[in-house]
Amino acid sequence: MSAIGKRMLGLALGTLVVCVALGLYVGLYLTNVPGSAAAVRTAAGTQLYLGTVPAAEGTDPHPTWVSYYSVDANSQHWKHVTTYTLPANTLVHVTIYNYDGQSGLRNPYIAQVQGTVGSNFMLDGKPTQFVGPDTASHIFAIPELGVSVPVEGVADNAKNPCANAPCSLSTAHTTTTFTFKTGARGLYRWQCFVPCAAGFIQGLGGPMQTVGYMDGFIKLV
Amino acid sequence: MDNINHFRRVSLIWLVASVILTPIVVFVLAPGMPPGNGSVEASGQVVDNTVLLGVSTPIALVILVYFIYAIIAFREREPAGVVLDGPPIRGHSGVQTTWLVVTTITVLFLAGYGTARMLADGSGGGQGPNPIAKPDGANQALQVQVIAQQWKFTYRWPSYGGMETNRLELPANRLIEFHVTSLDVIHSFWAYQLAVKADANPGVDNIAYVTTKGPLTFNIHCAELCGVWHGYMYEKGNVVAPSQFGTWIKQQEQQNAPSTKQLGPYQKQYEPDPTRRGG
Repeated sequence: MSAIGKRMLGLALGTLVVCVALGLYVGLYLTNVPGSAAAVRTAAGTQLYLGTVPAAEGTDPHPTWVSYYSVDANSQHWKHVTTYTLPANTLVHVTIYNYDGQSGLRNPYIAQVQGTVGSNFMLDGKPTQFVGPDTASHIFAIPELGVSVPVEGVADNAKNPCANAPCSLSTAHTTTTFTFKTGARGLYRWQCFVPCAAGFIQGLGGPMQTVGYMDGFIKLV
Repeated sequence: MDNINHFRRVSLIWLVASVILTPIVVFVLAPGMPPGNGSVEASGQVVDNTVLLGVSTPIALVILVYFIYAIIAFREREPAGVVLDGPPIRGHSGVQTTWLVVTTITVLFLAGYGTARMLADGSGGGQGPNPIAKPDGANQALQVQVIAQQWKFTYRWPSYGGMETNRLELPANRLIEFHVTSLDVIHSFWAYQLAVKADANPGVDNIAYVTTKGPLTFNIHCAELCGVWHGYMYEKGNVVAPSQFGTWIKQQEQQNAPSTKQLGPYQKQYEPDPTRRGG
């Protein structure tokens, strides 16, 4: 093969490699969707179990960030996803195990539960309508469905606190349960409204601005 | 050199085009301009847009007519000859004087018109904490505080015990005094059909007036990029009959009575001061 022929072959191969690499990059980007967790259907109804922690796992890209998790109620397996798949137009029972401390609210109005069946929730087994604006840890809100539930924080002086996910039920936590009716099929956002992002200006950066930590999607199917 | 009076020709064409097109723009196209007729201020903005279009149509036609005329009349004709430079341009006091007078009158008229319109009622925009353009009857306006936060609006009603609601309903044919503020970053309260678009800044009480008309549903957006869920900061509000509003507000008072006790006293602004880690 002549020198020019070799150069042309090299150029063609190089171009092919670059094009394949670009195609892979774009393809992987377009097909990369966040993981999701589905609600569990039991005899008692559709159940969704969530956990909130003061910091994600040590192996997480952001191990200091506060975060929601999906929790398997039986195996206590924790999955770091914030997209939850629920059946449309159905009553869903939600349980949130909260291991995080008390952040405090800017707007006390959202310390009140809204949009749940019975207009209340159970905090450690007791029917409740409010948490203290200073003791709230997080909110689980789906604004388009009118659902907003405050999550009480673990007291500062609680014994045996959990620092990073996953957390055991034997460590200090609060348990919030509520039931709400889902709406029509579609994709809805959910978010926390508490400025709980420690270390960020006004508590609203980092995990509050990143899907996969303190906000995500509800897929109604 | 030909003896054609191009100036006269262009002027005549422009005059005819303006006489035909300006009424079409003003009476046919302009009434459909946004934001519609959802409030007195919205109707006022449509009138303002109509005036601006009416003034700018002849001005735009000057440019277009001359442009098209020049392409046709001054094109190179076959057979192509030697390209010659045109005659030197000399001062023309008549043209200069006309230009100065017309543009001065146009600009001064628009400045005066815009100022008068803004002073009438603020034209739906936020005027800060000390508005200078207060509409008549501002003392009897229904006050509604719009509280923006990442990522939703809530509404506080100082005339109704300082309660707070998730939704915005307004009585028809009533002057409303919005007090727009934020709990965190900069947002903007944009009630499109009401022609209200007021910045929501933390620590600032931004006052905007609007006079509602008949019942309608209006769109509320945040108009300031405010974070990851900015695009979801969207909802609908309603203008309803006064009796219907009375029923709704009573229901809200009852429903929100427990949370109203938890709220602090009504303030015209809030500082972004979370109690714990979010500082």
